[in-house]
Amino acid sequence: MKAARITADGVYRGALGGAATLVFFVVALIVFETTRGAALSLQKFGLGFLGGTVWDPVAEKFGALPYIYGTLVSSTLALLLAVPLGIGTAVYLAEIAQRRVGAVVSFVIELLAAIPSIVYGIWGFFVLAPWLRHTIEPWLIANFGFLPLFRGYPFGIGMLNAGIVLAIMVVPTIVSISREVLLATPRSLREAALALGATPAEAIGVALGAARPGILGSVILALGRALGETMAVTMVIGNTNRISASILDPGATMASIIANEFTEATSPTYISALIEIALVLFAITIVVNALARLLVLWATGGRRASALA
Amino acid sequence: MSAPVAVSERALAKTAGHISRRAIWSRIVIGACYAAGALVILPLALIVWHLIAKGLPALSLSFFVNMPKPVGELGGGMANAIVGTLILVGLGALFAVPVGVGAGVYLSEFGRGRFSATVRYTADLLGGVPSIVVGVAAYGLVVIPMGGFSALAGGVALGILMLPTIIRSTEEVVRLVPQSYREAALALGAPRWKVTQQVVIPAARAGIVTASMLAIARAAGETAPLLFTALGNRFWSTGLDKPIASLPVTVFDYARAPYDDWNRQAWTGALVLVMIVTVISAVLRLTVKRVIPR
Repeated sequence: MKAARITADGVYRGALGGAATLVFFVVALIVFETTRGAALSLQKFGLGFLGGTVWDPVAEKFGALPYIYGTLVSSTLALLLAVPLGIGTAVYLAEIAQRRVGAVVSFVIELLAAIPSIVYGIWGFFVLAPWLRHTIEPWLIANFGFLPLFRGYPFGIGMLNAGIVLAIMVVPTIVSISREVLLATPRSLREAALALGATPAEAIGVALGAARPGILGSVILALGRALGETMAVTMVIGNTNRISASILDPGATMASIIANEFTEATSPTYISALIEIALVLFAITIVVNALARLLVLWATGGRRASALA
Repeated sequence: MSAPVAVSERALAKTAGHISRRAIWSRIVIGACYAAGALVILPLALIVWHLIAKGLPALSLSFFVNMPKPVGELGGGMANAIVGTLILVGLGALFAVPVGVGAGVYLSEFGRGRFSATVRYTADLLGGVPSIVVGVAAYGLVVIPMGGFSALAGGVALGILMLPTIIRSTEEVVRLVPQSYREAALALGAPRWKVTQQVVIPAARAGIVTASMLAIARAAGETAPLLFTALGNRFWSTGLDKPIASLPVTVFDYARAPYDDWNRQAWTGALVLVMIVTVISAVLRLTVKRVIPR
């Protein structure tokens, strides 16, 4: 009979396994704490919280819709800018540039991904905002002002600024993963296409087709980063509670409203409402990330073991 | 060696007597990829340039050793914030490094089954949780029970943020230890735990240190999770149960303040922060090659 013996091996393995188990514990803790903190708000406002547009701490009425809207709009803008540029750059690095040049450029891009978000925020606030205010936004209003999208006043800070800063921040994620996925596709795909008389661009198109799931994964991963990005957005979005069709207008995101108001929140309901926003943000980013990581894992055949951004 | 597409581009240029629409289109697409690369590098270069141009003038020894001056007085430094960041990051590492390295070694040495796959996936998901949400969790976990903002709460938040990176990069570097090391040690009759503890881990030590340092450097730049955990402090404080200043939060406050001198110092603080984070990352990445997934 096999007795349950305590061996040195078992103890050692158990200790390391215990450390690994702590990961579940930490995630559970985040779920527990945000749910507990949001309980009061959940109870008071129910599902109406997600659709409410009033944010009035004095009257203790809270609705998250303007922030959900702001998060979606700023992230969408960021992806509209970052996806074509990121994929183009990845193609350049993987298909066109010499291997050594490609390696150096990717190294620099990944290094820049390590710049803290507050630094992007300062740049967006002191450099990008004045430029948008004096040059870009007046031009947009003069030429495209007939569209609701570009109607309004050139504030400099607002959705457009947030979208641009977010695009700069998430583009390294798209570039580095897409490049890796492209490099993982068989070289013979291009060679076959070229042998059949395809032009270089058409051969790249074939490789892109093969890399599509992984590239999609990198884009969703970038979306996850953009949705939760806090400091840079807080500094450049203007933090006003309104839903406006114009991307020139200021707004707020879920992350920025928490960063901006948490320490000023005095009543328990107010704090609870902010924590519920954190809970919603948490749920959204978990779903987005779960999807992205599955795609990246599948596309690289587990080669890229970790998809940490 | 260059990519086949680039070779073919050159061949196309040589042989094309008459240039077809498809060839022109191909040139346009390839040109657009070059342009995309330039457009991605440009803003990043601009940020670095502005950071240096605006941050360097106020960078001096005084910035590192002096305390912030009261509003209206020029000068002063961020000594308390720099020390505060070191304390916060140290606290986080105290929690995250042992757990993260342990978990990473487990995944590499014993991680074959479904349990390990789930741990990996969960660690990746944890890495994708927005840092502000981690701050909210630390608020509920530490600030409320302790009855106030504290360095400890900030350290816990930073530790949670470091954890996934340390786990996944440790696993990656420990995996790089050649299989023959393990086989040789086992053949000599060493039990598994001795093989791991006395052969595999020492062989991977440089990589493990690198992995941990990278995670720590990243965490040093985090602002959002500290806003309502460590809070911030205009004064000298090293007590773990009291609010403590940190470089990122001080930079944030100074950048939003309506004083030119504070704005200038915010740029300098940002420059110091970037130097801390990127210099550590760059040096580590270059010295210990190919040890980190990215």
